[in-house]
Amino acid sequence: MTRRDLLAYLPGATLLLFLTPVAAGLIGTWLPAFGYFPTLGGDSFTVEPWVLLFDHPGLGESLRLTLVSGLLATVISFSLTVFFLAACHGGRITLAIRGLMAPLLAVPHAAMALGLAFLIAPSGWLVRLVSPWATGWDLPPDVATVQDPNALALTLGLVMKELPFLLLMTLAALEHSRAEERLAIARSLGYGPVMAWLKTVLPAVYRRIRLPVYAVLAYSLSVVDMALILAPLSPPPLAVQVLRWFNDPDLTMRFVAAAGAVLQLLLVVGAIALWRLAEILVARLGRIWIAGGRRGGKGRVLRAATTSLVQLLVAMAAAGLLAMALWSVTRRWRYPDALPSVLSTDIWARQGHDLLWITGTTLISGLAAAFIAVALVLGCLENEQRRGLTISARALWLLYVPLLVPQVAFLFGSQVLSIQIGIDGTWIALVWSHLLFVLPYVFLSLADHYRALDERYSRTALCLGASPNRVFWRVKLPMLLRPVLFAAAVGFAVSVTQYLPTLFAGAGRFVTLTTEAVSLSAGGDRRVMGVFAFLQAALPLIAFAAALALPRRLARTRILREQRA
Amino acid sequence: MRRRIALLPLLAAALTAALVLADKDATAAEQRPWEEIVDAANGQTVYWNAWGGDERINAYIAWVGERVWDDYGVMLRHVKLADTADAVSRVLAERAAGKTADGSIDLIWINGENFATMKDNALLYGPFTEALPNFQLVDFEDKPSTLVDFTVPTEGLEAPWGMAKLNFIYDSARVAETPGSIPTLLDWARANPGRFTYPTPPDFLGSTFLKQVLIELAPDPAFLQQAVVDDSQVEQVARPLWEFLDALHPHLWRGGETFPASGPAQRQLLDDGEVDITLSFYPSEASSAIANGLLPETARTFVLDRGTIGNTHFVAVPFNATAAEGALVVANFLMSAEAQAEKQNPEVWGDDTVLAMAKLGPAERKRFEDLPVGVATLAPEDLGPTLLEPHPSWMVRIEAEWQRRYAR
Repeated sequence: MTRRDLLAYLPGATLLLFLTPVAAGLIGTWLPAFGYFPTLGGDSFTVEPWVLLFDHPGLGESLRLTLVSGLLATVISFSLTVFFLAACHGGRITLAIRGLMAPLLAVPHAAMALGLAFLIAPSGWLVRLVSPWATGWDLPPDVATVQDPNALALTLGLVMKELPFLLLMTLAALEHSRAEERLAIARSLGYGPVMAWLKTVLPAVYRRIRLPVYAVLAYSLSVVDMALILAPLSPPPLAVQVLRWFNDPDLTMRFVAAAGAVLQLLLVVGAIALWRLAEILVARLGRIWIAGGRRGGKGRVLRAATTSLVQLLVAMAAAGLLAMALWSVTRRWRYPDALPSVLSTDIWARQGHDLLWITGTTLISGLAAAFIAVALVLGCLENEQRRGLTISARALWLLYVPLLVPQVAFLFGSQVLSIQIGIDGTWIALVWSHLLFVLPYVFLSLADHYRALDERYSRTALCLGASPNRVFWRVKLPMLLRPVLFAAAVGFAVSVTQYLPTLFAGAGRFVTLTTEAVSLSAGGDRRVMGVFAFLQAALPLIAFAAALALPRRLARTRILREQRA
Repeated sequence: MRRRIALLPLLAAALTAALVLADKDATAAEQRPWEEIVDAANGQTVYWNAWGGDERINAYIAWVGERVWDDYGVMLRHVKLADTADAVSRVLAERAAGKTADGSIDLIWINGENFATMKDNALLYGPFTEALPNFQLVDFEDKPSTLVDFTVPTEGLEAPWGMAKLNFIYDSARVAETPGSIPTLLDWARANPGRFTYPTPPDFLGSTFLKQVLIELAPDPAFLQQAVVDDSQVEQVARPLWEFLDALHPHLWRGGETFPASGPAQRQLLDDGEVDITLSFYPSEASSAIANGLLPETARTFVLDRGTIGNTHFVAVPFNATAAEGALVVANFLMSAEAQAEKQNPEVWGDDTVLAMAKLGPAERKRFEDLPVGVATLAPEDLGPTLLEPHPSWMVRIEAEWQRRYAR
């Protein structure tokens, strides 16, 4: 078999590699949902699990919490993204925000949630800063600002994490939507900047960010780690409740859990369908609105409002992370002190050995998943270019499957699969499960750059007699080093974030900074949580810094070498 | 091989029961001599699945790991669980996939409901406790719960390693008088709205609080020692509990709308000044938390006059453990005077021993006598009577009804 042939099989193999666990997982969840799970004595099909599910007293409230937080977080993140970019297109603030978004995207959900929880709690940092001298609160007020009955804290946390993702995806989409030309024409026809963006750029850009928006919707509706920290517990949102059922000591609850997992999937599918309907409706109305021809004003108010909102969110995220870092070196920090009263590095010292072990596991799984994902994606893209293929919209959907299907809906099923093929609790299972989520993100951040590379470079090299492989290694890869490393950093960050996959595939034997941070969050010792939240945020940030610094360094040494020669 | 033969009749029965076969060798007794087990354990890695929500307990488990490594060459890895039920579900998933050996869990910190489930489903290795030399040091006479776990006989399937007893911690700087009974706790909560709460069931401390109320208010608590008979019995016995909670909840922290995730989370609320009282299972937790900078110096302990619930916590080995011998060695070490005294030290953890002082030699006894007594720890005679855990079926009913009433 020649090398060329191998490459041709790669896209298929890649899809197989990461669709098989999802498919097997879904089947392994659907069968018990309808009563089939022989180990537990379920060997005939029945709707009993569904009857039990709908009889569950807290189900209505769980659904309400899930829908409120998931839909609200998506609507807010999406509108803020659109209006911020409409109001600030091309401005200096956009560049500044873009620089801030990448690190925010890298910070794992759990770390962000822990920081936010301490920031906004009634006995949290914000209240401590102004108490009791300004508020008169000698004791913290009895108001639920975290784990509140409407899951607004969870919504806020989700917005803080999803806004950077949507902003970056939209900024990337803008580069390929000929936004400048559209704006220039609209402006010359007398449209205000915001109107011009909304009426000419948004319709073109939206097509490109539709899948990311669906991914945000799916994620927000089925988030577990953030919900464990920020959402109410009794009852919790549906995804957390499903996880609880899976873990119930009464093993017959497993059937209800499976039914709940299917319901979770239906919820996401329903929400996406609803969103799609809204898209069609908005598009209809939008056409009338665009045809109406209103020019709009300068949009100064919108600009000020969206800019300050985005800045506020960034500031809150930063303050939360700073607070966690501070906690990690604290011995005593009681309400209402604005700062710790006694500092100590004891906590770091006491975690010592464990910390090395856990950080090591996190590093290895992250690097392995990122490396494999980058290699597979590069292979697929190279194959596509050599054969002159273009990826169809349908293939892109397949890539998004692991991001659109809720994790609880298939992870239990795929756990049974991994036990059956004997890789349960091994590095293979762990890295594979991370790969499911790492690969799509790596593809998203690399594909456009790869396809945008001016093909005259490789054509020239080929004309000079270089083989396609040599062109790949000596021309394309060096030129694309920066985006490739950036994609690897994205992949690493996504791997660090994974909570449920680590839990399920790792057989509990693999403890990462994320699983540790979440399990410690139930324990309430903020000093220890601080250590893990800080490290959890620091690792991806270091990866991004390295991805930015390395090409520059390599370029410098190459220039020096060439000068010497 | 010996195990297989002892099993033949059971195997035959299992074969007729079709799908659940090979698991029945879970019920084979451990009969190898101790030396043989220790030899086999050398070089094994033991994955101990234990609740990891308390940093001091984690530190103690790390210490155990160092000790068994030094003495037996056993590598201990603490798999930190958010809920012990996670481990039960993992063993189940492994059986679902037909993995009857080389399982991923070697040792589980367990008791009550989870033990009853694993025992009922034949998911446990053993009986093994008779094979452990230190098991003979356990105080079976004065601590009957070392043999009967929430009314379910342990039958050698789990080894005791600690005694827990419900107690309350308060901040004496803010609370002058503590309630002495469940009814006076209600009066206290009325007088101090928003200053009391309890961890959300099914967290074990939250569920224990419910059982404490149940026992103290039930017309005849004797029923609680037997399995639930029918719905009307539950309805009758538990009615005072729900009346009490209906009256209590409006005066709780957050108006009883939300509850803290766990005991340690509520301890954090006490330290933050959000509540005035927290619950604990370890009589020296207040002292230990002060020593660790987790509670103010003014934290103190109180118990209820008519007694509080006490129980024993155990370790058990799943039927498909990879390093069963290593797990037995760890279980045996946990029952040694050295490990028990270290655990009882309030500067370490403050969890009471399961051992009988009378069965120990003078040097071993001295380890316990030399332990520091924390400033916030009650003397043993002030800890009040110990109430027995109800049968697990009550807990299941009460937890479900709590969900139905308050978590919707």
